[in-house]
Amino acid sequence: MTLKRVDGATRRDVLIGSGAVSSALMVPVALGAGRSRAATPSALAGNAWLGVDGEGRVTLALPKTEMGQGILTTITMIAAEELAVKPEDVKVSIPDGDAARFAPIDQGTGGSTSVRDVWQPLREAGAKARLALVMAAAKQWGVPVAECDAHDGAVVHKPGGKVLPYAALVAAAAAAPLPTEAPVRPASSYGVIGKSHRRLDGDAKARGTAEFGIDVFVPGMKYAAIMVCPIFGGKLAGVDEAAARSVSGVIGVIRGDDVVYVLAENTWAARQGMTAAKAQWTADAAHNGAQHAAIIGAVTAALDKPGFVAATSGDLDAARVGAAHRFSATYTQPFLAHATMEPANCVAHVHDGQCEIWNGTQIPSDARKAAATRLGLPLEKVTLHNRLMGGGFGRRLEPDMVERCLDLAKQVPFPVKLIWSREEDMGHDWYRPAYADRIDIAIGTDGRIAAWEHKIAGSSIMARLMGPAFKGVDDDAVEGAITPIYPATARKVTFQQQESLVPTGWWRGVGPLRSAFVMESAVDELAHKLGQDPITWRLSHIEDPRARAVLEMARDKSGWGEKTAPGIGRGVAVIHLWDTYMAAVAEVAVDKDHQISVKRVTIVVDCGQAINPSGVAAQIDSGVIFGTSAALYGEVTIANGRVEQSNYHDYRVLRMNEAPVIHTTVIENHEKPGGMGEPPNAVIFPALANAVYAATGKRVRALPLQKGLGTA
Amino acid sequence: MAVTLTINGERRTFDAPPEMPLLWLLRDVARLPGTKYGCAAGLCGACSVLLDGMRVFGCQTPAGDAVGKSITTIEGLTEQPLGKALIAAWNEVDVVQCGYCQPGQIVAAASLLKDNPKPDDEAIDSGMSGNICRCGTYPRIRAAVRRAAEIHAGEKA
Repeated sequence: MTLKRVDGATRRDVLIGSGAVSSALMVPVALGAGRSRAATPSALAGNAWLGVDGEGRVTLALPKTEMGQGILTTITMIAAEELAVKPEDVKVSIPDGDAARFAPIDQGTGGSTSVRDVWQPLREAGAKARLALVMAAAKQWGVPVAECDAHDGAVVHKPGGKVLPYAALVAAAAAAPLPTEAPVRPASSYGVIGKSHRRLDGDAKARGTAEFGIDVFVPGMKYAAIMVCPIFGGKLAGVDEAAARSVSGVIGVIRGDDVVYVLAENTWAARQGMTAAKAQWTADAAHNGAQHAAIIGAVTAALDKPGFVAATSGDLDAARVGAAHRFSATYTQPFLAHATMEPANCVAHVHDGQCEIWNGTQIPSDARKAAATRLGLPLEKVTLHNRLMGGGFGRRLEPDMVERCLDLAKQVPFPVKLIWSREEDMGHDWYRPAYADRIDIAIGTDGRIAAWEHKIAGSSIMARLMGPAFKGVDDDAVEGAITPIYPATARKVTFQQQESLVPTGWWRGVGPLRSAFVMESAVDELAHKLGQDPITWRLSHIEDPRARAVLEMARDKSGWGEKTAPGIGRGVAVIHLWDTYMAAVAEVAVDKDHQISVKRVTIVVDCGQAINPSGVAAQIDSGVIFGTSAALYGEVTIANGRVEQSNYHDYRVLRMNEAPVIHTTVIENHEKPGGMGEPPNAVIFPALANAVYAATGKRVRALPLQKGLGTA
Repeated sequence: MAVTLTINGERRTFDAPPEMPLLWLLRDVARLPGTKYGCAAGLCGACSVLLDGMRVFGCQTPAGDAVGKSITTIEGLTEQPLGKALIAAWNEVDVVQCGYCQPGQIVAAASLLKDNPKPDDEAIDSGMSGNICRCGTYPRIRAAVRRAAEIHAGEKA
């Protein structure tokens, strides 16, 4: 069966928001359903993904992916600002994976880079398109360009009282060469940027009409379940195909080297078939016998190796001579799963030497490339339609959902929707690496930091991705550690790679988060050891005025220093990561059974120009709660070569009744925008550890905190 | 095998075994994808639907158990006054992030408000704690449930 192309175009952007038809948002529909809402081609192109169509509407193909972080709204707001329209009037679409179209911007969305990547090119493209429209109007009116400006979807000549909507200008503007330079809107004139705007995708998502990858429906599609060998590195040994096929609705069983798929008329039948199949697995002793304690022990032991130098300045040994105080500690952080609400899934149709994929992915262009490689097809034969994601957190930075789905889809003539069970999703994640850090700080007789040595060990995600180009230092793992906000006379930071059988990958914050937990725990310990208030000590060392400002404000807004009841403690942390400054004060209660509950979190952020303050605050809620789940409870453990956790009952995450009250202050300024997806998640880990210490006098250096504190 | 159900006020017959959980029947057979798959173990609430007005987990409810009862999914709920109040509140408070859990959250909130039209924070926490949100929208959900209660009470007044 061949899917009919809907509109003959290879580039089919799916509209998510539009003022074109009504005030309601357009909902993306399954392309295969034959009712694709392809965006009309832009008549006037500011660049390959921002323009104005023949009807005068601003069109934007989102150059980054939406996984909940609100980037669809944020980027649309920037476009709306430059092109002088309301954000809700922009026709926003979610484009296919297409590296060439968006270059030099990478569609890949991670590392809190989206706003930082698009801020300048997006505004420049918008300014050029706006100037083209203004010039077209000025020419038509025979007035100087300088007397005209864009306002609310039209060009206005104030002295003459003339107004022409974009629709009347776009043909003439498009016919003239696009201006090579155009000034972007100055901050003083912002009407959209810096003002809270409701999410453009919120209504459709609340109503359940927004289409996630798992919701894609393609005519003729079959459903499949997957089971991968639960032992990392193991193989499929056997499967009861007859039993699987005897389940009503099952249409086939497909075996792979380390995997079995059951195809059926619906997901339920596929899952029943998988249970009946009773897959058998085999693995060698090294994999079958891999145990958690040994894996973590090897990571910690790797700290005793010299490591590869990531940063060095001054002479550590010389700086340590005559130190007034010396502090050294080792911290460990566990493997973590992403546990996105939308489990792994993918829809694909391989036919006639081509392939069409529907997948919610953070890497549309790289996943498309991975698909072409997997199938041995030229890139242009592979189409990847991206979809909204039910959470990303770095899980969807890997193309494995696409690859596993293609291994199946290439063996069947029909489109197939493959859904991982929650248990498969949790047992076959790309886990946040387990890390060990050792930090050794010497304080001179003058009270300043004389020597700061920081050793980091763990799995290297960069080594996996870079292959032979990797030279020993994982630039992500050492991020933050090599740029501390605390000056020191001598400093050395090293990294030592230590792999295990556990596959590792990006997880909201990764290396910088690891650094933040260790550094902000260590300075807190040091301050207490010196008998100083943790904020006072920090302020006596931090020089960066923006870091000082967020910390001082968090102190003042959190009730820091006020007496607390027994069992209540406040902990602080401050970071400068992803070009954002953030301070947190967490207030926790620890009961007589040692159970931790987080009562209140005060966050102050300076992320430069906040595009959408409501979105910034939402990311703070998000990172604080996501981070609290992981800091208190998050740990993936290994027994006999397999992950022990399987679902939300044994991989505990925060629920509504456990969520703290969060007080957020967003500092207003017009500095260059910083990232917001990860900082709150990074700052909350040490703030909680420090609060637990304040509440109990017990310092937990091995996460998660609840395990570290034990039970009564 | 056929099963006849009343979904969002409409009587429909499906080619499905009665033991198929409502979650999969709604998503794959009835093509109502607003009800989401999250855990299939009654742990996350993403598959929440109303059965005779009370929230149940679609993943834990065999279709056969819903025969003769009224099933309301997010698609049907949003056509009702309470659902409209909830959507209005959700939009006003700007709750949504990834959005995947939100239909289930809204169904749970509807069940809560039917039972307790003016819930305090403790009642909201208790009524909503069966639903997981990994994006951390809980503070805004709390505010939106309170707001929906106001809007809905205002409409009834």
